[in-house]
Amino acid sequence: MAKRRVIPGFGLSMGFSITYLSLIILIPLAALFIKAAGLGWAEWWNLLTTPRVIAATKLTFGASAAAASVSMVMGLLVTWVLVRYDFPGRRLLDAMVDLPFALPTAVAGITLTQIYAPNGWIGQYISQCASWIQTNYQPGGWLGGQVEDLAAKGAAYSPIGVFIALTFIGFPFVVRTLQPVMEDLGAEIEEAAATLGANRWIVFRRVILPLLVPALITGFTLAFARAIGEYGSVIFISGNLPMKTEILPLLIVAQLEQFKYEAAAVIASAMLLVSFALLFLINLLQRRLDWQHR
Amino acid sequence: MSISIKSINKTFGNYAALENISLEVPNGSLTALLGPSGSGKTTLLRIVAGLEFSDPGEGRILFHGEDVSETPAGKRGVGFVFQHYALFRHMTIAENIAFGLSVLPRSLRPAKAEIHARISELLKLVKLEGLDKRRPHELSGGQRQRVALARALAIQPKVLLLDEPFGALDAQVRKSLRRWLRVFHDEIGLTTLFVTHDQEEALELADQVVVMRNARIEQVGKPQEIYDHPRSPFVYEFLGNVNKLSASNGSHRYIRPHEIEIAFAAEYNPETDRLAKIDHLFSAGPVATLSVRLDDGQFLEVEISRKQLDELALDPGDEVSIRIMDSSKSGV
Ligand SMILES: Nc1ncnc2c1ncn2[C@@H]1O[C@H](COP(=O)(O)OP(=O)(O)O)[C@@H](O)[C@H]1O
Ligand SMILES: [Mg+2]
Repeated sequence: MAKRRVIPGFGLSMGFSITYLSLIILIPLAALFIKAAGLGWAEWWNLLTTPRVIAATKLTFGASAAAASVSMVMGLLVTWVLVRYDFPGRRLLDAMVDLPFALPTAVAGITLTQIYAPNGWIGQYISQCASWIQTNYQPGGWLGGQVEDLAAKGAAYSPIGVFIALTFIGFPFVVRTLQPVMEDLGAEIEEAAATLGANRWIVFRRVILPLLVPALITGFTLAFARAIGEYGSVIFISGNLPMKTEILPLLIVAQLEQFKYEAAAVIASAMLLVSFALLFLINLLQRRLDWQHR
Repeated sequence: MSISIKSINKTFGNYAALENISLEVPNGSLTALLGPSGSGKTTLLRIVAGLEFSDPGEGRILFHGEDVSETPAGKRGVGFVFQHYALFRHMTIAENIAFGLSVLPRSLRPAKAEIHARISELLKLVKLEGLDKRRPHELSGGQRQRVALARALAIQPKVLLLDEPFGALDAQVRKSLRRWLRVFHDEIGLTTLFVTHDQEEALELADQVVVMRNARIEQVGKPQEIYDHPRSPFVYEFLGNVNKLSASNGSHRYIRPHEIEIAFAAEYNPETDRLAKIDHLFSAGPVATLSVRLDDGQFLEVEISRKQLDELALDPGDEVSIRIMDSSKSGV
């Protein structure tokens, strides 16, 4: 006998959900994989192990992870200020957080490029700073290369430019996932901790932060996922040098422009699989860190 | 440890939440702050705890003669139990209770084994043995309340402050937990100040009752004292069911329902009694409540024992003679 459920309509709503998910997500993805399957395993392997693809993969996932991490920390800070303090202009600041959502990404990309270019508002200082480091410390290796890039080109047209663009677009996700959770915390648990002798730092680390961790990870995941797929804002600031500042989405578009549809599909499929694996892992991690599921 | 509250004022913006409050809470006593919602009870309790500070001026809080007015909450050695418990929901019950000990500086922190022993001891004290590995959301309201209490006691506070400790519980749990708290208090003898808006709770539980109204203290005294000799109509009315009887000259007096005797109309004595008609009868418990209408049209509520009601065999519409006992109070 079927188990009776308290909330009726499980069959109907489940059926509807599956159909909808299929239409919106699964069918397009299946089409992509079918296209990619036009090439054999050997060709897949050859394509995916070319130095250009590997470099783009490293840059895409590396810069996305770094940007999402920075967004997480800065997002926590900004949310803290927005939720915990009342000051003139708070609402304005609150509304500003959403701007990266609303701005066309190309506009964001062009603007960021101008600002961070060697003669731009911020870029000139970065450039000067890097030159100073170069003359005084002469760093070598990877770091030396980065500093040299910064001195010559500001923060634009370098992996750092990619990172800046991805930070810009990922930041709102963290704030908007954290905000409701932080607003719901309430003052009482902090006061309880204070009467028990905890100082402000302990209250933050042992009482507030653990309650925010699930939302922080969700925010990180959203920012990370968005950054991996980001195209519009990055292509302007990165300069798109193969092996150096080329991201995977751009590489895919480059394949398409040369009518290499299968190659594009293969790279896209591989990118999707890696993204899915990473998101799944983060999800598992979140469940482990989330006190609600222990 | 005694608590002395001296000339405390507290305003929020331009709203006065406390006006010139002075109060002595004797060492080892169980004192109730009783008053309607919004009268300033929680604010006073929070000022004693150091979670709120009184307006700058003469206001002082003394623990056992020592001025703690400027001492932050964490250094006052108070156990505070919040109305909604404020348990740490990401920690187990054991971690919740151990929190106060675990945040002590390393030099003062007890060894792990000792903390464990203390947790077991406290769980036993609040009758929650075996629940140490649970999380707050797995417990009932009454159990959470006792976890909050154990957590507050773990730091061996000098005074215990409870904000509406039974406010969020259902009537049954409330009553049993109330009795338990009284016994518990007598066992550990900790100076305790608790807030309530329930007069029955205050009268049954406390050694000393402080009645508050509109940011001020209305009356302080032992429960019996306050009940028998209320200093104002407000206290009279707040402490329980009361009849307000107007006289023809415009004055009025307060009479509690159990301070009225009832007899057959045949026993009517014009010197001391009044005639009345039974309007309504409610007799579902050991105490029967009658609503009677006096000859001048005023209604009175009367409480008599079920036994007496059976003996009199009264029905609605019957005429009776009522006598108001001397202990009742003439009104202001
Ligand atoms: N932080 C605050 N800011 C503004 N007003 C407050 C604050 N805390 C309490 N009040 C006001 O002070 C009055 C007394 O509150 P409270 O002490 O909580 O009363 P009680 O506990 O007796 O119900 C209420 O009118 C309340 O609105
Ligand atoms: Mg209150």
